[in-house]
Amino acid sequence: MEDDDSTIASEANNKESMEVEVAPALISVHPAQDSVAVAVGSELRVFNLREGCPVTLGADSNEACHHKESIRAIRYGAKGKLFVSAGDDKVVKIWATDSWRCIYSVPTEKKVSAVAISDNGQFVCYADKFGVVWVVELDELNENQTPVQKKGSPLLAHYCSIITSLEFSPDGQFIVTADRDFKIRVSMFPKKPIDGAHEIQSYCLGHTEFVSSLAFIYNQEFPQGYLVSGSGDSTVRLWDFTSGLLLHTCEVGSEVGEQQTNGTENNHFAVTDLCATPDGSSIFVAVQGLPGILVLSANLSTKTLSVKKLVSITEEDFIPTSLSTSLTSDFLWMVMGVSNLTTRDSSSLARVRVITNLNKSKEEKEEDDKIKILEDKQVPCGEKALEKLQGSLCIDKDVFSAASEAVKTSMRNLLIKKQYSTEKREFRKRGRNDKKGKR
Amino acid sequence: MQLDEKPQSGDESNPYLSKSTRLPRKRFYRARAHSNPLSDSHFPVPISPHHVNHSLHYPHFFPNSNSDSDSRKIEFADIGCGFGGLLISLATLFPNTLMIGMELRDKVTEYVKERILALRISNPTQYQNVSVVRTNSMKYIPNYFQKSQLSKMFFLFPDPHFKEKNHRRRVISPFLLDEYAYVIKDGGIIYTITDVEELGEWMKSCLENHPLFEGLSDEELEADPVVKLLSCATEEGQKVERNGGQTFRAVYRRIVPTV
Ligand SMILES: C[S@@+](CC[C@H](N)C(=O)[O-])C[C@H]1O[C@@H](n2cnc3c(N)ncnc32)[C@H](O)[C@@H]1O
Repeated sequence: MEDDDSTIASEANNKESMEVEVAPALISVHPAQDSVAVAVGSELRVFNLREGCPVTLGADSNEACHHKESIRAIRYGAKGKLFVSAGDDKVVKIWATDSWRCIYSVPTEKKVSAVAISDNGQFVCYADKFGVVWVVELDELNENQTPVQKKGSPLLAHYCSIITSLEFSPDGQFIVTADRDFKIRVSMFPKKPIDGAHEIQSYCLGHTEFVSSLAFIYNQEFPQGYLVSGSGDSTVRLWDFTSGLLLHTCEVGSEVGEQQTNGTENNHFAVTDLCATPDGSSIFVAVQGLPGILVLSANLSTKTLSVKKLVSITEEDFIPTSLSTSLTSDFLWMVMGVSNLTTRDSSSLARVRVITNLNKSKEEKEEDDKIKILEDKQVPCGEKALEKLQGSLCIDKDVFSAASEAVKTSMRNLLIKKQYSTEKREFRKRGRNDKKGKR
Repeated sequence: MQLDEKPQSGDESNPYLSKSTRLPRKRFYRARAHSNPLSDSHFPVPISPHHVNHSLHYPHFFPNSNSDSDSRKIEFADIGCGFGGLLISLATLFPNTLMIGMELRDKVTEYVKERILALRISNPTQYQNVSVVRTNSMKYIPNYFQKSQLSKMFFLFPDPHFKEKNHRRRVISPFLLDEYAYVIKDGGIIYTITDVEELGEWMKSCLENHPLFEGLSDEELEADPVVKLLSCATEEGQKVERNGGQTFRAVYRRIVPTV
């Protein structure tokens, strides 16, 4: 007897059609804050912060360098020379950040959900919707005007779960993958990645819902670092990733819930993104439906996380969809945005906000030392940068509230797996038996 | 996700048990021949290996429920155990080793549970070391076993999934072997057998090409008492044997490659 392929196919279709609806905006800052990139839908916008000017992608080459469907993952390499973007159009694009030319393009079989670049810039990894992680090896920077095509080879796989986050460990020894089920896997990154990553170092198990984001925190005292993960189960967890030991669980739901009773349905405060300060002392957490950001402090000696404060951004209901910090500067960049808004004429929105004084607020003695939300004029390169990254300076109030609604409902739906009601499941089962009877 | 697993019931008046033998009657536990391992089913999954409730599975060895009263760990796993024939044979062959069957089909799992319970009642000192869980082994192996916990893993007569595009549903695949290598200890053994030649070749080549497994020599195969059980201990094996079918075996050892 055969399995019901049609069911799987339609399930996949459902998933895809649901995800076509909206794509959350993404943001990524160059490690030395030379530039900043925002992705909204299929559009990639880059602003050169060093020179204070917008970047035209693919400078003098052709149109073909643009993505054709929603971008789902962007990131700079650790040295800032490379940038990777990928998503629903099944092409991974690898850019040189000096010229912003696309130097490599990697066609993929499935849509891409996450990307990572090894520290030395030699390998680019990407995860597809079937839970397979692929690797491509880059040669010396290609000087051609047209992108060189590369082919990925399979590195590892999570069994049929979408990979939400892909990170190299600070020492480059491990590659960590998190999925939509609840699993975090730590694998040895092999000497010859083309042959696959067969040695699993550990699993970090404890989350009870999808894992949305990963970050490493480390400093001179703890150079190996620890892993931090955020999840749909309303927790941020700290792990010893070499053993898979759960060191600490920080509930964010209670903290956010107190401030925000009108928030999301069922008091479900899914963590949608997180990122850390370069010294690993603070972690910024974006929470489903929360206008603002939750700041956690991490103590690497006692191996604990604690809620430091909630930074509310309520004057415009700013619910960040993506966060990024650079290695050298004291800014947290945030974007709130979605594409394919069905309401209104304007079909996408991206609003960028920046926070500063990230590290100083240990004691919060003086007013000046507090974490500070910057006005548009105060962000690096000011309104010029925002004009490029947002698409425009002024954002229509109606568009903003439509986007904010979309963000509230969509972030979780994007991350959780499609749930069928019992009724529907029964119906689907029956369909199966009917088929069987006819044979 | 839930933590608890349903306790096994040994109800005397259970109509599903045969009156004469007190063993469960197979006809009440008939199910679809194959399940789709890709679809999400709804059964409890332990959050991590620490959450596996040993006292539920092995009450004799773990009399109180909150206990780590025994440091014993599960060492054998029979993946896709079907009606449990192999486990029943192994239980008496290795009376001090904890073993578990993992089975996707609900009714088949229930059958094995009742079978074990009935055997425990009729043989009071035996079968305390064997149990079964309903789970999708392709997704949840790391939830049940820690790194290097298992010394033997069995894949007997797994579903063939002939079509190329369905190969990713096979329980032996290059990616899943990474996971099995994680839970099997150095020197532990993975046993596979099938009556489908193509699948036999597939499983052998997956294992042969994996850097963390090496084949056993003919002498080693000869000396291992478990190897003899592969073709005849399970229900599926017996069926093949009755029909005089050929079987294809691949038995490999977990190794730590020298770099
Ligand atoms: C052909 S039967 C063989 C059963 C048994 N090993 C024997 O030899 O009699 C294969 C069994 O694997 C089970 N199975 C298939 N996929 C599975 C999965 N992902 N996890 C657990 N069991 C699975 C099926 O339900 C079926 O009972």
